[in-house]
Amino acid sequence: MSNRVINILVPIISIIIGLIVGAIVMVVSGYDPVQGYSALWTGIFGDSYSIGNTIRQITPYILAGLAVAFAFRTGLFNIGVEGQLILGWLAAAWVGSAFDLPKIIHLPLALLAAAAAGAFWAFIAGFLKAKFKVHEVIATIMLNYTALYIANAVIKNLSDGGFKTERVHESASLRSPFLRELTDNSSLHYGIIVALLMVIVMWFILEKTTRGYELKAVGFNKHAADYAGMSVNKNIILAMTISGMFAGLGGAMEALGTFGNASIKPGFTGIGFDGIAVALLGANTPLGVVFGASLFGSLKYGALNMPNAAGIPEEIVSIIIALIIFFVASGYIIRVALQKLSKKKEGQ
Amino acid sequence: MGFLEMLYFIIPSAILYATPLIFTAIGGVFSERSGVVNIGLEGLMIVGAFVGIYVNLEYASTFGSATIWMAMLAAFIIGGIFSLLHAVASISFRADQTVSGVAINLLGLAVSVFLVKMIYDKGQTDMIDQTYAINRFAIPYLEDIPFLGPLLFQNVYSTSILAFAVAFGAWFIIYKTPFGLRLRAVGEHPMAADTMGVNVNRMRYIAVVISGALGGLGGAVYAQSIAGNFSHATIAGQGFMAIAAMIFGKWHPIGALGAALFFGVAQTLSVAGSTIPYVQDIPAVYLQILPYVLTILALAGFIGKANAPKASGQPYIKGKR
Amino acid sequence: MRRQHMFSVAKVRRRHNYAEAKLIKVPIKGVTKLEYVIEMLGIRKEFGDFVANNNITLQLKKGEIHALLGENGAGKSTLMNVLFGLYQPEGGEIRVRGKAVKITNPNVANDLGIGMVHQHFMLVENFTVTENIILGSEPTKMGVINIKDAAKKVQELSEKYGLDVDPYAKIENITVGMQQRVEILKTLYRGAEILIFDEPTASLTPQEITELIQIMRRLIAEGKSIILITHKLKEIMEVSDRVTIIRKGEGIGTVTTAETNPNQLAEMMVGRQVEFKTEKTEANPTDEVLAIENLIVTDYRNIDKVKGLNLKVRKGEIVGIAGIDGNGQSELIEAITGLRKIKSGNVRLNGKDITNMKPRKITEEGVGHIPQDRHKHGLVLDFPIGHNIALQTYYQSPIAKGFVMDYKKVSEKARQIIEEYDVRTGNGEMTPARALSGGNQQKAIIGREIDRNPDLLIAALPTRGLDVGAIEFIHSRLIEQRDKGKAVLLISFELDEVMNVSDRIAVIYDGQIVDELNPKETTEQELGLLMAGQSSKNNMNGAKEGND
Repeated sequence: MSNRVINILVPIISIIIGLIVGAIVMVVSGYDPVQGYSALWTGIFGDSYSIGNTIRQITPYILAGLAVAFAFRTGLFNIGVEGQLILGWLAAAWVGSAFDLPKIIHLPLALLAAAAAGAFWAFIAGFLKAKFKVHEVIATIMLNYTALYIANAVIKNLSDGGFKTERVHESASLRSPFLRELTDNSSLHYGIIVALLMVIVMWFILEKTTRGYELKAVGFNKHAADYAGMSVNKNIILAMTISGMFAGLGGAMEALGTFGNASIKPGFTGIGFDGIAVALLGANTPLGVVFGASLFGSLKYGALNMPNAAGIPEEIVSIIIALIIFFVASGYIIRVALQKLSKKKEGQ
Repeated sequence: MGFLEMLYFIIPSAILYATPLIFTAIGGVFSERSGVVNIGLEGLMIVGAFVGIYVNLEYASTFGSATIWMAMLAAFIIGGIFSLLHAVASISFRADQTVSGVAINLLGLAVSVFLVKMIYDKGQTDMIDQTYAINRFAIPYLEDIPFLGPLLFQNVYSTSILAFAVAFGAWFIIYKTPFGLRLRAVGEHPMAADTMGVNVNRMRYIAVVISGALGGLGGAVYAQSIAGNFSHATIAGQGFMAIAAMIFGKWHPIGALGAALFFGVAQTLSVAGSTIPYVQDIPAVYLQILPYVLTILALAGFIGKANAPKASGQPYIKGKR
Repeated sequence: MRRQHMFSVAKVRRRHNYAEAKLIKVPIKGVTKLEYVIEMLGIRKEFGDFVANNNITLQLKKGEIHALLGENGAGKSTLMNVLFGLYQPEGGEIRVRGKAVKITNPNVANDLGIGMVHQHFMLVENFTVTENIILGSEPTKMGVINIKDAAKKVQELSEKYGLDVDPYAKIENITVGMQQRVEILKTLYRGAEILIFDEPTASLTPQEITELIQIMRRLIAEGKSIILITHKLKEIMEVSDRVTIIRKGEGIGTVTTAETNPNQLAEMMVGRQVEFKTEKTEANPTDEVLAIENLIVTDYRNIDKVKGLNLKVRKGEIVGIAGIDGNGQSELIEAITGLRKIKSGNVRLNGKDITNMKPRKITEEGVGHIPQDRHKHGLVLDFPIGHNIALQTYYQSPIAKGFVMDYKKVSEKARQIIEEYDVRTGNGEMTPARALSGGNQQKAIIGREIDRNPDLLIAALPTRGLDVGAIEFIHSRLIEQRDKGKAVLLISFELDEVMNVSDRIAVIYDGQIVDELNPKETTEQELGLLMAGQSSKNNMNGAKEGND
């Protein structure tokens, strides 16, 4: 069995095992897995409304996945996507509502602000790692909480003690009445195009530029990169910054497309953490991220239908996602099992 | 409130907030010293908090005054079992330990909230009965010592005493016993330990289970002494703060104890700052982010000199040079 | 003790192809099995698809020093790890003192009296000597480790065998020689009767090697038996009683040392005639390329490691720096290549001052560097080998136009170098570097560096861990560069290599060049003394007495 085949089988097997264990959990908890999974399916594909919303859900997942994947490829663990996303959300919402400009300037400007906010927040973590050797895992986690509280405080301030910012102007919005009509009034917006464009951007950077070559080299072996004359610190900081840029854009999707504003959050959105699952499942490749985002975005949205249609708490899907991560991460053992199986087949 | 009154308020409160961190951080020390990174302590605290509240709510009438201890014991055991997932993935399946830890965090939260919704039909549990919560008491004679009395001995929580005992016990075990020597060897140079006949993987399994048990215990203590109930927002970063305390304390139990106390002070200021003069004038957001920012500064300031166990984060594979 | 043979390599045929050498089993009457303390019979060890040991037999007599000879990667360490219980064999039998046993882990091996002194020390750096020795069998009093008792026992053992070790010293603070003696003590503490030494002389000075040989003789005198794993023919001739040769996982045979010679052993080890001396013409050095003046460099702890070093290397010559690891070589190389700050002094390349220039600029000025740790510094193992070949040139035309990279050009260049330098890849230039053998990885690195046509080529431990074929190839390339008029700076810990390849030898000791010699006019003894800091100019009497 070739390595390529195994590389694709591992995520697929992980998903299957995850779904099976999820079914077991449902049974053990007294729920009907058939009802559960069909509620899930209906929640995703049932009608054009669900499909529209599912695509809408997938959009920030792609960007969060790109953010984590890009950082991973360069040897860094960006768990701070959540915080970078929240700040990007806020930045986009503010730029979108504070100015009056023609759409051709306003929308890109709002996107740029979101990207910059996320990039800056991630830059802090990258800088701390490069200069002070602070492990980016702890640093980004701490920055997540910091971003959450800061964003909430700023929103409170901007809205004079209220709960959300002003509505984003039409000139900065990703919404489209056309798309809405197409999908029976779902919140599908043009953000999916932005997300897919960013997929191409990530691919281009990593596979076609000298910078991408350096980032990968530093990620794999920073000693050899050093010896080859590359600046390890610069690359670490740059990698985190670009990663944060993707994350910030993920926030822009919510601000300019889904909600049209930024509101005070009682807790994390979860998109950032799910981004980790997306990146892992997609083996940190741009195309893989699209696949992973599609899967997890669909699951997350479909889960909303489960309490209504099957009486199952939506957290069951989070359980399944967590299990899938476990199995993908334990890929080695799946590989060993697959190789043993293929040996048996060849022996017959 | 004079300066002395401020201290009498802050210090006991700091110890209160530090206690769950101490348990969890010590757990982290065991795990990391054996070479297994455990980011999943947050998830283990969440599970512990849920188990603690659940046992308390359901069995308070059965256990009476022993309720909190039974709840803690249950969380201790279940935390240990839950951490086996991380152990199996990281040690036997050679998963990336950080990824496995993140998965534990997601899983711990999802499972706990799922169970709450399943059992109680709502997103959060009721508050536990205050008579069955972890309450303060004063130590006779010691409470009358001037200055130290009100500072340390008037508002004591039994769990805090337990936490200090655990910290010192951990120090003794890690530095004075054969188990501790082998634990440290496995984390620094697993191949050397292997050649001396020490079972590396078994040692790591034990260490991870200990960390899970202590993490669960920390969560149960937090829930029963500070939060009072359980929801998805009960544990908000305390697990990560415990990890930071462990790093800040240079992977030494007593160092982790000190660092946890430091973070306890930060949390106190964050939560109760509005009642303390001077502090109450600072905008709330600065107090809210204080513990997290302090963690980062602590790591940036000291981490250059601190060295993690050499083999930390790498699965041990026989035959690899 | 009568010398008996169970196996002997009769009639070593003088042929080119040694796959034909026949082993004749000659059972000799009168040999009782009890003479053998260890018998490894027909051992087979696999790692997945790879067969490390295929039907190998080794028998150790009581009181003998038995050498196990083979090239790097031949399977010697694997075989001994099987004996020591770290690996389980897939086939074959082990007998200890005549009884068949299964050695499932090092504890069982210890109980049987087998101890191993590892090549790469198995010592926990921040533990003390005693803690390392007692790990796994700690003496306790009421649950607490009894360090005092342990330290006392360590002290007693140390004195009994003349090992001179401080029980309370931390490993990170003691010398390599003393660390090795701690490894020996580990085995003696557990009552080992059979000691396995795995490549023990790799990091020792000639003097320390002499001391080690004396220790081994003392151990034999006290009734121990020793297996010595090595690829150093001189040591085998000096100290061993018999030799078992392994080649590519196969047992080739066992000979009595007194009845063989280095050439014969080398042929058995490699499978063909081996040239010990490299063919080369006289050097004709011309202009100075590298000039180092009064160089002072500190290490990461801010301690001076290079202490006022002066050296010149000219076009068309190979200067070999001989010295023991830790005398400033690494810091010197890093200073020249810009990877480490220079505290004072200067470095000139072709007259231009390159002191403290950025590494990339120095490379561009015409310096090629084959790093001493190819896995850490020379290659990105997870990149395809082709991408590794572009490691120094990826940002330059024709590979890069601005910030866009043309991977087609990367592949083109890679294929060219792979062909020219005979790099065996298996799957072409996209084979992950990790999958190549050490020798092929090194060839790729050398190809990459030489192809850039540097004026100065620095080769640091270029043949470390490589088999004889690769070593020959690399040496010939270095000489080829020299013949083309390049300057070559060779740093090595193998005196043979330095003496063989260099035109001029510079001995480094304690951060300075203490002497420069002509390889044709010096001896290993003289170099050894200089490397250990005894200047032959100051110690005329001492040096003469040492040479006998």
